[in-house]
Amino acid sequence: MFKRSILACALLGAWGQAQANGEIDTLRAEFARLKQHYEARLKDLEARLQAAEARPAAPEPAAPAAASGFNPEASLILQGRYAHRKDIEERGLTGFLPAGGHAHGTERGFSVDHSELVLSASVDPYFRGYATVALVDEEVKTEEAWFQTLGLSEGLSLKGGRFYSGLGYVNEQHPHAWDFAEVPLMYQALFGERFSHDGVQLKWLAPTETFLEFGLEAGRGQNFPGTERGGNGVGAWSAFAKVGGDVGVEHGWRAGLAHLRARPEGRAGHWEDTNEVEAETHFTGTSRAWVADFVWKWAPDGNPKYRNLKLQAEYFRRSESGDLVCEDNGPAGGACTDGSDAYRSRQSGWYAQSVYQFMPRWRVGVRYDRLDSGTVDFGALPLEAADYSPSRWSLMTDWSPSEFSRVRLQWARDRSMEGISENQVTLQYIMSLGAHGAHKF
Amino acid sequence: MLPAFCASVSLWLLALFSFPAQAALNVLACEPEWAALARELGGDKVSVHSATTAYQDPHRIEARPSLIARARRADLVVCTGAELEAGWLPVLLRESANPRIQPGRPGHFEAAAYVPLLDRPARVDRAEGDVHAQGNPHIQTSPHNIARVAEALARRLSELDPAYAGHYAARHADFAGRWQQAIGRWEARAAPLRGVAVVSQHQGFPYLYQWLGLQEVAVLEPKPGLEPSAAHLARVLEALRTRPARMVVRAAYQSERPSAWIAARAGIPAVALPFTVGGSERAGDLFGLFDDTLERLLQAAAR
Repeated sequence: MFKRSILACALLGAWGQAQANGEIDTLRAEFARLKQHYEARLKDLEARLQAAEARPAAPEPAAPAAASGFNPEASLILQGRYAHRKDIEERGLTGFLPAGGHAHGTERGFSVDHSELVLSASVDPYFRGYATVALVDEEVKTEEAWFQTLGLSEGLSLKGGRFYSGLGYVNEQHPHAWDFAEVPLMYQALFGERFSHDGVQLKWLAPTETFLEFGLEAGRGQNFPGTERGGNGVGAWSAFAKVGGDVGVEHGWRAGLAHLRARPEGRAGHWEDTNEVEAETHFTGTSRAWVADFVWKWAPDGNPKYRNLKLQAEYFRRSESGDLVCEDNGPAGGACTDGSDAYRSRQSGWYAQSVYQFMPRWRVGVRYDRLDSGTVDFGALPLEAADYSPSRWSLMTDWSPSEFSRVRLQWARDRSMEGISENQVTLQYIMSLGAHGAHKF
Repeated sequence: MLPAFCASVSLWLLALFSFPAQAALNVLACEPEWAALARELGGDKVSVHSATTAYQDPHRIEARPSLIARARRADLVVCTGAELEAGWLPVLLRESANPRIQPGRPGHFEAAAYVPLLDRPARVDRAEGDVHAQGNPHIQTSPHNIARVAEALARRLSELDPAYAGHYAARHADFAGRWQQAIGRWEARAAPLRGVAVVSQHQGFPYLYQWLGLQEVAVLEPKPGLEPSAAHLARVLEALRTRPARMVVRAAYQSERPSAWIAARAGIPAVALPFTVGGSERAGDLFGLFDDTLERLLQAAAR
């Protein structure tokens, strides 16, 4: 009996224990749940606190992008090179008038070929200002200095000051944005390096699905192919139309057609006369040029970060007509006698290039340049036109440790002067400091 | 030539002014998440286009002609801000010649302005890589941020299109309700992720990690925006020996090679997160984006 009751007690106890255990488990679970819940809430609170601390003192909306803050966006481009070139006294393009102006990269050996200081900012709610100053030894050159309207009206914008003309593709690019160390030969032939206006530009972007833009520019026209005229009125006109779009996600393209008309007065040039003596000429007349450009870009998934390909080609055709004076060079044995006659020329040229980024940081590129000296008619003047087609092959590879630095090695086989075939090697660096440069397509 | 040109321009202008007023508000979103949000809030009263896809790095986009044409016609641009689009948006806005969407105008909306930003750098110097002075711009990886931006964007839509203010408010209320519910669901599901150590390829997920309690123990990019180098990857691998991680995480638009390299050697799974709407098949909208993100993280953590 006693034993039995002990057994019963034990059983009861065990049952009670089991029941108590069960309760404890549920309590534990409940506690764990609560703990987890509170921990989560605590963490959330901590996170919020952290976030609140991280939040600037001012309530929303926070300060706008720093780049558009009170201070102007400033950037400095450092560019230099080592160039291996033949010793050629006067470089030029056979059959083409030298365009004058300072061409980049004519020095041999080491040189700091181009440093640019760029400043830009919104002037007020209505205008934006921009200036690029090129720093060359003992010389500061205003490359661009202009204002542009911010919100004139539907698609219209007006630019005024000194600006790179919107014609062609490479024309608006600064040297640090070039894919090769030199500008294409056709730009050298057309403008020396590029065409810039001191004047005004009116652009209109159509409200269409396809990119469609028209521009009209008028300026002083003091740069080649124009000359300083010193008078009222317009020295050079240009107009352009651009069209562009996407093909699927991976391809983007743009094509353009532009016309430039300048009225040079007494534009100086050098030609060899029939006695093979250098003669100085002065041209007064009209210079008209057509420029067509095309760019196609591809990137897998439209993500250019890892791999991308760029194809680009431009073509020009220029005709000039007017009067040419050939300065007396008799004392030097020349055939010129200050005579003048009608002058007419039709010349053309093109280039095509491709640049491929095959992995992050690395790009390779190839370019072919060709000019056609075309027909040059000197009338009765004792001058001769060379029948020659300057050409050049260029290969380059560049390495960009980041968006802001680039080192480039380029080899070119240059046949731009008759009788000279030159291997050119260029090692170049381009560094940008300051504001994040945003480049056009 | 010139008279003909001028004539054609004037014809175009005439054609322009005779265009009928556009019915829907034209929205250009810089990133797909904001396009998706604008659709949620605007419904049929907005026509939305995204400038980028989930497979494109939003830092490195070009101001393509097609985008300029879009910006030209936009009534509102919705972007992240915080310098994420510094390399292309300024060009796009300038070239668009569209006064409505310029910074400071109602048609210019920057999401980052409505969210407390993390990772504000102590030192703003390019030697630190592509740092953003205002903080990390990848705010869309936390649903709480989406909720904050949604509220501000709904207000902005009403401001721009007051005739339909009620429509936007109602859609926002509906979205906010569903979104809060979804957040509850996601947070419950994500409980096992709390405290899990991860490696990231780019510092693109601080908001996600903060939300879910994940711990970032290493980053594959030596500095933000710089591609991982072999030497740096080896250092990360070495560090992982003493401080192991459970997975390596990257965004859909990033190259899989660095994470695959680490994953194979550290013996941990590599996870490609959609990062934004459209980054995976399931991430078709904002809800799908977080459903899929959690699914992928949970799967990797369970391995």
